[in-house]
Amino acid sequence: MNIIFSLLAGFLFGMGLIVSGMSDPAKVLGFLDLAGKWDPSLALVMAGAIAVGVGAFAIARRRQVTWLGFPMLLPVARHIDSRLVIGSALFGVGWGLAGICPGPALVLVGAGLPKGVVFVAAMLAGMGVFEVIERLANRKPH
Amino acid sequence: MIVDLNAFTPLSALAGGALIGLAAAIFALFNGRIAGISSILGGLLRPKPDDIGWRLAFVAGLVMAPIVYSVVAALPSSRIEAGDAVLIGAGLLVGVGTRYGAGCTSGHGVCGLSRLSARSLVATVVFMAAGFATVFFTRHI
Repeated sequence: MNIIFSLLAGFLFGMGLIVSGMSDPAKVLGFLDLAGKWDPSLALVMAGAIAVGVGAFAIARRRQVTWLGFPMLLPVARHIDSRLVIGSALFGVGWGLAGICPGPALVLVGAGLPKGVVFVAAMLAGMGVFEVIERLANRKPH
Repeated sequence: MIVDLNAFTPLSALAGGALIGLAAAIFALFNGRIAGISSILGGLLRPKPDDIGWRLAFVAGLVMAPIVYSVVAALPSSRIEAGDAVLIGAGLLVGVGTRYGAGCTSGHGVCGLSRLSARSLVATVVFMAAGFATVFFTRHI
């Protein structure tokens, strides 16, 4: 059952990216280009998503199990550290270079764009680099 | 700052945003998880047997969206200005950065801000600022 809702959530997420114009990297860069001709659309995408999300997470937060009876596994991390800041900064630089973040990247692959495949392959390689570094770091004696 | 009123699409942005919010709501309320794309993808590289299925299903849903959309209506154009070398560099940075920062535009931006998380607010401010700065350097310096 959770597979079906995962598929549905991913599908609706992708539809939202297409409808909102966020599957167009040039439009995303139009938002990030404050000094040029600025396209504020991305801010309204966030606003629309958060308007719906706030209510949903307010309900989810008060529950131990989901409407399907699965454990509620929302994040508990609250710490703000250098990993969070440096990682987010690296992500922001990559986002600004191409105008593509992980969700739209997968939509570009579905749309059959070779450049989308190139980006996703590099992104997965980057995630792989992270996994290798993490495993090596965890292997060191403390 | 000059707002480009020809490019600005407030209604479709809000409607598409609401769909994204609905997707995050369904994923939280039924599956108990955060719809964070980088974490869902990254988890596939650290596979646990009982957890591959729902991750692949979410990714499949995302990839299917443009295919289904194009059956009903013409898919809006996706203009990728970057060349392959820039795409590879950008992809590597997005991959490493989102895993170190434990989230991207969806996990920290949409879900984290919806949860009123200070940690996600910091992440969102940092990646937005880095994105603004990067485009400023590439287009105006």
